[in-house]
Amino acid sequence: MISFEALVFYLFAALTVFAALRVITVRNPVYAALFLVLAFFSMAGIWMLLEAEFLAVTLVLVYVGAVMVLFLFVVMMLDVDLAQLREGFWRWFPFGAVIAAIMVFEMVMVLGARQTSETGAGLTRHAADYSNTKELGRLIYTDYVYPFELAAVLLLVAIVAAIALTLRRRKGVKSQDVAKQVAARREDNIRIVQMPAEKQMPVTGDQESEKA
Amino acid sequence: MMELLQAVQQIGQDLLGPAWLPVWTVAKILVIVVPIMLTVAYLTLAERKVIGFMQIRIGPNRVGPYGLLQPLADGVKLLFKEIIIPTGANKALFVAAPVLTLVPALAAWAVVPFDVGMAVSNANAGLLYILAMTSLGVYGIIIAGWASNSKYAFLGALRSAAQIVSYEIAMGFALVCVLMASQSMNLGDIVQGQQSKAGLFGWYFIPLFPMFLVYLISGVAETNRAPFDVAEGESEIVAGFHVEYSGMTFALFFLAEYANMILIAALTSIMFLGGWLPPFDVAPLNMIPGLFWLLAKMSVILFLFLWFRATFPRYRYDQLMRLGWKVFIPLTLVWVAVVGAWMQTPFWLW
Repeated sequence: MISFEALVFYLFAALTVFAALRVITVRNPVYAALFLVLAFFSMAGIWMLLEAEFLAVTLVLVYVGAVMVLFLFVVMMLDVDLAQLREGFWRWFPFGAVIAAIMVFEMVMVLGARQTSETGAGLTRHAADYSNTKELGRLIYTDYVYPFELAAVLLLVAIVAAIALTLRRRKGVKSQDVAKQVAARREDNIRIVQMPAEKQMPVTGDQESEKA
Repeated sequence: MMELLQAVQQIGQDLLGPAWLPVWTVAKILVIVVPIMLTVAYLTLAERKVIGFMQIRIGPNRVGPYGLLQPLADGVKLLFKEIIIPTGANKALFVAAPVLTLVPALAAWAVVPFDVGMAVSNANAGLLYILAMTSLGVYGIIIAGWASNSKYAFLGALRSAAQIVSYEIAMGFALVCVLMASQSMNLGDIVQGQQSKAGLFGWYFIPLFPMFLVYLISGVAETNRAPFDVAEGESEIVAGFHVEYSGMTFALFFLAEYANMILIAALTSIMFLGGWLPPFDVAPLNMIPGLFWLLAKMSVILFLFLWFRATFPRYRYDQLMRLGWKVFIPLTLVWVAVVGAWMQTPFWLW
């Protein structure tokens, strides 16, 4: 009899693998993006099972709530031609295979190095009121402050680079200058013109017949 | 009240054993979802009445006394209408979209506390959970817009995606300030942190006043309500993402929008207006149950939602983006720094 926890784990793990496979096998790119969302979700479930609720919710918040929305945004606007996508598949296949092999090797190295990977016996259980977030914050800002700051700087550089790459001033764009709009005064735009009242001319018979 | 609940739990525990937990949880969910659905029904009536009075009209007054049965009539009408699925639509996603809109709107209620300890789940990361859930609502809208295979719907979906992603950041930073002030992500603890002898002056809307405004306005934008209803924009893109929907599928979008409004009202009350706490901890006020105070605060905010709709014209799309990115996000970032510095001084009283 497997425990409830194991059951939940296998459920989420199966879902993750299924969704991840569908991401690369499904033909429609919008479906692929949605399956990626499902994969993130089931992954968050597994993290939750590992008592990493902060990371689990952040995964949903950042990747599902923001990154994938923008992904979908782009994918939906593209007119994807499947035939064109398939072109050159075998030409690039060796590169892809090598990269995939390297990634698998790295993962095995990382995961195999931890004693915890064997049974999970090295993990301690915490009470319900144990704050995962506080603990994570404490570690990030003490033991791992340099890697953390380094990552922050890297991200900042990436942000600046992304903006610098896309920022270009085009001429002849009629965009509004909000400061100018707010600073506009009535006197600048409106001129009161005084003029004598017009007198209505008496209508003659001729004009009336013309109108009709 | 609490003793009664505990007694019920004890009896259930003895009767059903391990099967009691799911039964009890489903019961708690029903106790929350059914009143929300009823509130949604009557919020639609309230909206039509309030806006009617603001525009010197009478509003619905034919069905039942003062039009009080109007929501029922509307519900029955929507139930019996045919659900039309456009020929070019992606059928599975077209039907799934309204469900995906409604589910997060209801799921977020799981961590909302109604009184001391009165929540379905007293989660530690409640605040993050709320943020995650409210950010999921946009999927229903995007998928609806794409699956409809209609230009108007698609434009609505794109607008909505960009808008919600933008305002979520400001909303998140506003909540970071709340998090800093309360030093907790548990919504119950956030309310408890606002309890003090000073009554309403102890609530977070005083030190975090700019964040209170940012949160409220972003909340209006997140729920796609006027003046931020560019995703629907009936005068520009007909009805935006739900232009192809009819009958019950349309009704689900409607339900989700109003459920989201109620949720934002509840969250604003909890984070900035002291949740279930009375305005002053003195005799006649603190004898009234906390639930009443929470509902009263929510009603005020819901009234604001309706008032906004009757008052402001719709934002132009570029103005909306400017407000989100160039006004709210810098403002919230500055206020995070201000609160951080303020908390290091002895002048921080909260």
